[in-house]
Amino acid sequence: MRENRAEVTCGAGDYHTPGADQVLENVLENVLHFITSRRDRNAVSLVCKSWYRAEAHTRSELFVGNCYAVSPRRATERFRGINSVVLKGKPRFADFGLMPLNWGAHSAPWLTSFGAAYPWLEKIHLKRMSIKDEDLAHIARSFPSFKELTLVCCYGFGARGLAILASKCRQLRVLDLIEDEVNDDDVDWISCFPENVTCLESLSFDCVERPIDFCALERLVARSPNLKKLRLNQFVTIAQLYRLMVRAPQLTHLGTGAFSPSDNLAQDGEEPDYRAAFAACKSLVCLSGFREIVSEYLPAIYPVCCNLTSLNFSYANINSEELKSVVCRCRNLQTLWVLDTVRDEGLKAVAATCKDLIELRVFPIDAREDCEGLVSEVGLTAIAEGCRKLQSILYFCQRMTNAAVITMSKNCPDLVVFRLCIMGRHRPDHVTNEPMDEGFGAIVMNCKKLTRLAVSGLLTDKAFGYIGKFGKLVRTLSVAFSGDSDIALKYVLEGCFSLQKLEIMDSPFGDSALLAGVHHYYNMRFLWMSTCRVTLQGCRATAQALPGMVVEVFTSGSSAVRDDDEYVNILYMYRSLDGPRNDVPNCVRIL
Amino acid sequence: MSSTDQNVLKLEDTELRLGLPGTDGCKRGALSSVKGNNKRAPEEAESDADGHGDCQSGAPAAKEQVVGWPPIRSYRRNSFQAKKTEPEAPGIYVKVSMDGVPYLRKIDLKIYKGYSDLFKALENMFKFTFGEYSEREGFKGSEYFPTYEDKDGDWMLVGDVPWEMFALSSKRLRIMKASDAKGLGSAI
Repeated sequence: MRENRAEVTCGAGDYHTPGADQVLENVLENVLHFITSRRDRNAVSLVCKSWYRAEAHTRSELFVGNCYAVSPRRATERFRGINSVVLKGKPRFADFGLMPLNWGAHSAPWLTSFGAAYPWLEKIHLKRMSIKDEDLAHIARSFPSFKELTLVCCYGFGARGLAILASKCRQLRVLDLIEDEVNDDDVDWISCFPENVTCLESLSFDCVERPIDFCALERLVARSPNLKKLRLNQFVTIAQLYRLMVRAPQLTHLGTGAFSPSDNLAQDGEEPDYRAAFAACKSLVCLSGFREIVSEYLPAIYPVCCNLTSLNFSYANINSEELKSVVCRCRNLQTLWVLDTVRDEGLKAVAATCKDLIELRVFPIDAREDCEGLVSEVGLTAIAEGCRKLQSILYFCQRMTNAAVITMSKNCPDLVVFRLCIMGRHRPDHVTNEPMDEGFGAIVMNCKKLTRLAVSGLLTDKAFGYIGKFGKLVRTLSVAFSGDSDIALKYVLEGCFSLQKLEIMDSPFGDSALLAGVHHYYNMRFLWMSTCRVTLQGCRATAQALPGMVVEVFTSGSSAVRDDDEYVNILYMYRSLDGPRNDVPNCVRIL
Repeated sequence: MSSTDQNVLKLEDTELRLGLPGTDGCKRGALSSVKGNNKRAPEEAESDADGHGDCQSGAPAAKEQVVGWPPIRSYRRNSFQAKKTEPEAPGIYVKVSMDGVPYLRKIDLKIYKGYSDLFKALENMFKFTFGEYSEREGFKGSEYFPTYEDKDGDWMLVGDVPWEMFALSSKRLRIMKASDAKGLGSAI
């Protein structure tokens, strides 16, 4: 318990006036309850020891951006009153198959610590971590007030674990499975929710690649009056969707499943009035799904378009006309994800109507180089000219021009995230044949709020000179197949003092560049370099210069790193308060 | 770039590539992705000595796929495989033998989404079950465990590397019996 705590007793006992220090700490704690941003709280904790203690007592949400940066014990010893946890594990490049499967990021040690330290825990949010069925069972056992589980890009669990969670956590409000790899086991977890009225507010299982028991789902929805967000997987047909919608017209977020009829048409019977079902959902603001869309059904969503703020068509193979028919009604759209099948024409339609667009993502239907490009600089320019409030863009294309990127930099001054992926490696501006240096240079120069940047195409050291000089707020930088020499990386490491996450693949940067960042690495969450030109010696030298960094080297397969390899395949390094982790697989070497 | 052209050429002559059988790589750019176990095996490789040359000139040969590029999650990538209208790339057919069974089978690795898919299929085909896979101990709980011969001729335990890498690098499969295992270490 706390030192200097004065006891207040009633009756015949003494009354000890609390010391002035204690009063201040109490007052401070009351004030701190209102401070929720973790960055503000981190700043508060640095003022002095008294403020550090007060902040530690009052923090209720624990955010750990790298699960290996700190041990569970250290975290639970400092913060005693946590009721909500966010934990992130593997770095992003793990999503693209670049990491050995058994690398780590196990949630079990954390969950065990939380079970002991925070039995009142209500919310857990994990990203890119391994979580097994036993871990889900542990959650169900250990936290009687458990309310929210969000798993993003996680793996290792299946329906068995979900069933245990559903049946034991009677107060569960949120179960969101987002882009997870769910084991293919044959357990009907949907039927495991409590038989009487549930507290469910959000249920997302679009990543579950198995059909669920639809009747059980229908009954579940019927007895979940607080359900606002429902995201179905691709095994739910449009006819089944209809039946769910009529039971839950209060939905605000809907993942529509397949959005096509089942193969056995006789099963569906007479086509219900889908349009009416959508019209009845007056609160709907977010639509997604459309996993196997049959575009004849698209008009059914027209009634809700004017209220939509978020629309995810990124699994919907629709053309420009079909997209146009929808977005021309979506004046209030803020977030739009599409496939490049909508082409430049579709993007022009978006630009014409969606003046409040804040986030746009354009994914490729065919993720290979040298394919026919369906979107190009034409679409990007149209968006730049029409959507002036744009803050975040992810754009996959086969070819691009500097002019289009420069136009975007000038028209969209609020850009915070700019991620352009020209899928052909080393592609120059296809009109001028110049490198893409000037385009990306303009982005960092003109977009003064930019914090996240992903570059591609043919880029020389000059581009990195621009990034180092102007990218003062950039926190996340993704680089692939770019740059000519070490000087490029040096520009970035010396200039971008806000840099937190740097991920580089297949670029010619070596030891000299790696060592140039030694002054900054402690400020970063991680550095990733794969298939570059760093050697084992260079990595060792870095490890020696920075005892607080954990320097891991490994290959993307499971073969061991060999001393006589010319270059290190993958370097992943991050700061840690508790030294190297103890769960390293054989194929990973910590220097 | 010119001062290091010599080094680049040397690197590229011995680079290891992941490619579908039958495709020939036409190398562009300064560095290719060297994946897998860093063993340098001689492969056919043409290097573009002019590094930053015009990558658009002429009819481009089909580029081999590079692991991790473009940066799309495999979940998303695989969602559209079925919808492609162009002719499918040839399947990856490998022979499967099982200790104690007189005949071999052949399977197309391309049709499986991942390891659990593959194991289920093998279990059905040969009527047995594998044990539980763990990194430390291999397959526990069963007499049988899967191995494969990789591009270098080594016999490896199935399951250690990412699925896509396994599918592209395996030449044949062999379901071994635990009592026969020698030198595969952790598998028993």
